[in-house]
Amino acid sequence: MFDDFFIRALIAGIGIALVTGPLGCFIIWRRLSFFGDTLSHSALLGVTIAFFFELNIAFSVFLISSAIALILLKLQKTTKLPGDALLGLLAHSSLAVGLVVIGFLTTIRFDIMGLLFGDILAVNEIDLLIIWIGGALILLILKFIWKPLFASTVNHELAEAEGMNPDKVNAIFTVLLAAIIAISIKIVGLLLITGMLIMPAAMARNVSNNPTQMVKLSIIGGLLSVIIGLFSSLEINTPSGPSIITAALVLFCLTLIKIKNYSELKK
Amino acid sequence: MNKINSETLIKVDNIGLFKNDKWLVKGVSLEVKRGEIVTLIGPNGSGKTTTAKIALGIHKNIEGKVLRFTDKVGYVPQKISVDWTLPIRVVDFMLLTQNLSDEEIINALKLTGVEHLKNNNLSNLSGGEFQRVLIARAIAKNPDLLVLDEPVQGVDFKGEISLYELIKEISDKVNCGILLISHDLHVVMSSTDYVVCLNGHVCCSGTPQSVANNNKYQELFGDRASTILSVYEHKHDHTHSADGTIKRKQ
Repeated sequence: MFDDFFIRALIAGIGIALVTGPLGCFIIWRRLSFFGDTLSHSALLGVTIAFFFELNIAFSVFLISSAIALILLKLQKTTKLPGDALLGLLAHSSLAVGLVVIGFLTTIRFDIMGLLFGDILAVNEIDLLIIWIGGALILLILKFIWKPLFASTVNHELAEAEGMNPDKVNAIFTVLLAAIIAISIKIVGLLLITGMLIMPAAMARNVSNNPTQMVKLSIIGGLLSVIIGLFSSLEINTPSGPSIITAALVLFCLTLIKIKNYSELKK
Repeated sequence: MNKINSETLIKVDNIGLFKNDKWLVKGVSLEVKRGEIVTLIGPNGSGKTTTAKIALGIHKNIEGKVLRFTDKVGYVPQKISVDWTLPIRVVDFMLLTQNLSDEEIINALKLTGVEHLKNNNLSNLSGGEFQRVLIARAIAKNPDLLVLDEPVQGVDFKGEISLYELIKEISDKVNCGILLISHDLHVVMSSTDYVVCLNGHVCCSGTPQSVANNNKYQELFGDRASTILSVYEHKHDHTHSADGTIKRKQ
């Protein structure tokens, strides 16, 4: 019924939505949206390095994004610049260096639009393997660090005082973010990954009243966005990333209606 | 007071913290033993919270030594804020750093009188209710060491008395050590075993009586503070239950 490439894109998108759901909740809870942006900007540098040394894109992006993330954690402890300034500094310098490296790559041509906004034609079997194995690993590690990570999200000092090692799990969480960005670049595109992370979580927040419920609804929201987005991408021939995010926007607006009804009920 | 068990739970030795070009605290030593309530008093900015946080291992890069002999610690921080983006109920909060059965959760919430709030959202609680939940969470798993940073702030007067009674009761029943930060000198003087008076450094320390009679303490808190002890001793023939009725001692 559908072409192979579309089935592959669908399987890839579903795998990504399963992982962005819970990670996105933590991004919203910890106010890390801009941090996600910084990591995805730095992904451009990772992509160009992958082309330069003929590496796997996901692998190279993962390395560069984790490095940027860990540099940021270090800088936050050693300088007095506020967090958002540091994020901007790293986001734009890695973006700029990435673009400069592209300038050197005159002999290699690649689809910059596909890179920025995602391309459902680009997903091959190896990408599927990376997404599903990588995704499963991310979820497994997240499940393992869930309790201390959640505790430190609610209150860092409380977690520290009661022996939860918040600094360690925060660093691990950061690396997980780099990993999800690396595996979702091809389908969502690096400009829109943060959207894929925060929008399902944001719509879930509107309709949930406890953390576990929010994570579950966030996964469902992400799955719906991916499925609706990819079908419309196929139908009206739009890039996959923007289609998924637009679908997420529509779903988000629907959850706002639920909030409105709820507050009217309360009156 | 006869303390059968005098096992040391935590010992801080000559600690100090230098931050933003000044010493927040310096040269503070203290020890909390099992079954004992040690109270930190002092004016604003005297380093009470800092001292407690150093003892808990929250502040890194400190001077001096902290020896902790237990991992079972319950902490009630001075300030905690949970904003709207994080939907969390009281019951989720109880499980934050520990695994508890439903029964343990209910029992702990009952002790502080907030079991009816179990499924309420944390951001909808009043200040006093939130403090009660914080205390319930800290004591739920019978910790060895409780660190309470102004645990009854925002609690109504009646509740304040019963919560302090509860803290005293926990210290006796669970036989844990308590490091308490409190502004309420009445309570400090009436129900704690050892008082450390801070003002960036240890200004004086000892039993409540000896601190109350100390000149440095009187300088720091004014003349009226020293009369508190006598006021308290005068009242010693009765206690109050949670609803304020007087219970004469037999």
